[in-house]
Amino acid sequence: MIKKTSLSLALWLLCLGQVAAESVFVTLEKDNALAVIDPIAGKLIKTIPIGQRPRGIAISPDTKYLYIATSDDNTIKIIDALTFKEIGHLPSGKDPETFALNPAGNRIYVSNEDDSLVTVIDVAHKKAIKQIKVGVEPEGITVSPDNRWLVSASETTNMVHWIDTKINTIVENTLVDPRPRAVSFTADSQQLWVSSEMAGSVMVLDANNQQLIKTIKFEVSGITTDKIQPVGVVIDKERRHAYVALGPANRVAVINAQSFEVEKILLVGQRVWNLAFSPDQKRLYTTNGTSNDISIIDLDSQTVTKSIGVGTYPWGVVVKP
Amino acid sequence: MPSINLPNRILISLLCLLLISTLHPAYAKTKLIINIAYLSQEQKIPPQLSNLDPFVSDKGLKGAELGIDDDNTTGDFTGQHFNLVKFIVPLEGSVVDTFNKDIATKFQYVIVNLNAEQLNTLADLPAAKNSLFFDVATLDDALRNEHCRSNVLHLLPNRAMRADALAQYMLKKRWNKWFLVTGTNPEDRLYADALKRSAKRFGMKIVTEKTWEHSYDARKTTQSDIAVFTQVDDYDVLVVADEHGEFGEYLDYRTWQARPVIGTQGLIASAWHKTHEQWGAIQMQNRFKNKAGRWMEEQDYGAYLAARALGEATTRSLSSELNLIKAYLLSPAFALNGYTGAPLSFRSWDGQLRMPVLLAAPRSLVAVAPIEGFLHPKTELDTLGYDQAESHCQWTPQ
Repeated sequence: MIKKTSLSLALWLLCLGQVAAESVFVTLEKDNALAVIDPIAGKLIKTIPIGQRPRGIAISPDTKYLYIATSDDNTIKIIDALTFKEIGHLPSGKDPETFALNPAGNRIYVSNEDDSLVTVIDVAHKKAIKQIKVGVEPEGITVSPDNRWLVSASETTNMVHWIDTKINTIVENTLVDPRPRAVSFTADSQQLWVSSEMAGSVMVLDANNQQLIKTIKFEVSGITTDKIQPVGVVIDKERRHAYVALGPANRVAVINAQSFEVEKILLVGQRVWNLAFSPDQKRLYTTNGTSNDISIIDLDSQTVTKSIGVGTYPWGVVVKP
Repeated sequence: MPSINLPNRILISLLCLLLISTLHPAYAKTKLIINIAYLSQEQKIPPQLSNLDPFVSDKGLKGAELGIDDDNTTGDFTGQHFNLVKFIVPLEGSVVDTFNKDIATKFQYVIVNLNAEQLNTLADLPAAKNSLFFDVATLDDALRNEHCRSNVLHLLPNRAMRADALAQYMLKKRWNKWFLVTGTNPEDRLYADALKRSAKRFGMKIVTEKTWEHSYDARKTTQSDIAVFTQVDDYDVLVVADEHGEFGEYLDYRTWQARPVIGTQGLIASAWHKTHEQWGAIQMQNRFKNKAGRWMEEQDYGAYLAARALGEATTRSLSSELNLIKAYLLSPAFALNGYTGAPLSFRSWDGQLRMPVLLAAPRSLVAVAPIEGFLHPKTELDTLGYDQAESHCQWTPQ
């Protein structure tokens, strides 16, 4: 079995004519496709039709499978990460956009925006096992690395809901700044970072007491504050730096994750949405919604080194080692 | 309904309460109740040009209800309950009587879907001293200027904001020479005045101005009327001011020269439109349609925002006290999502909601103003309408 897999991997690499260090997968909302990018060569390798309006994307812990929310098909598709064949689909509920995979890879939690619900899916049995009532328009969703918390952010209720993963029930709620978008835990599961699009802020919450530690605001010279609309947030493993996509400000903010000071603002593409690290955390990939490209940021020098045209409305991004 | 005897009923209620309080810790505390009145008057069904659009009698109300639903979802988590009571005054009734008798002593927050005159009559009543009115219907520039009232907030863009939005788009398209066609209703003249102000502001030229009098020979068809009417000096765009929709829809495709139509018909300026889907608007459209069984109209959008603004201010200030709520609403901390890509807030100088304006054709969204490139030192949203330095509003403390 293992042999067979590695053989097909080798064949696949052979077909590409090069040995890629890592692959970046980007969902293209308006092209109904998945873009496969070799970030080292800086090239778009291919574009694969994937389903109607693909948005949220995740990769299984063993990197064998991609999960892609094809919103207008009302499902989450399971795609073989080598052959890109569809091998199944999950009962996501209507219009899935964002979802989170737990660290073990056996549960997927989906935000059902129109119904104010979070659907819990048993991945192995491809079954929805519970629906949790949350606030209006749930969007950002994440599971803490220690698997203790599932956090769902409601865009209109302006709250993050802390759901105990053992009982799939809300145990605490924290009021946050208007229109929370993305939620992201630090690697040690001690902090939750929440971006708020309408307030132009990021709130850092203490996962132990669900209370606010710090609100981070952004300033970009030459850009009015209402254009600064934070979306994607990621924090590196050592919690040295956090990176925040500032949406229509077309920039990524670099934050010192210890002092919470904004250290640098990097110009990327238009309406930057989502972010993903390379496996070695030496690079950051950004999807730029309306300039139809991704930017690559070198994290040692904290400079944007390249942008690669990928297709129409790049939305979600994951990286396969 | 099967009858349950009294002790059992009490027991069941107690169990329910216990269950609720364990689910949501906030329930254990006393619930803060915020009472909100919705005040409107029955409308005469207007004569219309076409039967395509059915008359909607509950414009505004459904939006307020959806906003209250959303507030209460938040309230379930924060221990607040928002209670909306509607007052629809009959056609021949008096809104002042209704306000004095049923609203003034029981409600501090009133969502008002009435005309400009009625609104200011209410705002000036002695009984309205401790009221805050959320105007979800008027477009009048005067209410944001010389006739402004400090106990009124306006949730829909006024005519000047709409005209500025249209003018920005026309400037971008370099449609600099306008042929302005105005109807005979007072509202049409106000709209035309706003367009003239915008033309001056953005350096556009009104080359010809005509009034549509409805006085053409009845034996002629509209088709030939319009062709004759539009034989004027060359222009780039026909700008129409016909708020009641009495003739504007007939202009497109019938003008003597091939020119686009913009204004109250053709490409229109609106706070909300059924073609709008960006920035999560599609979710809003879906949720509204599920609730109301129809498309969301502008007044619904205004009333939705009014309810949400009040909900947001209550949640943030943890109070239902009028002065605190009002101070929060007018403070820079207030930021409301309106599904239009920019945070909404109130202008502290006239109580107008600072908001983008959609430019829409009947079946496609064309642009969202402020148009890119129109800059402002504070927020580009203030390129629309009366900016602080231009405002004639002088709020006197109540």
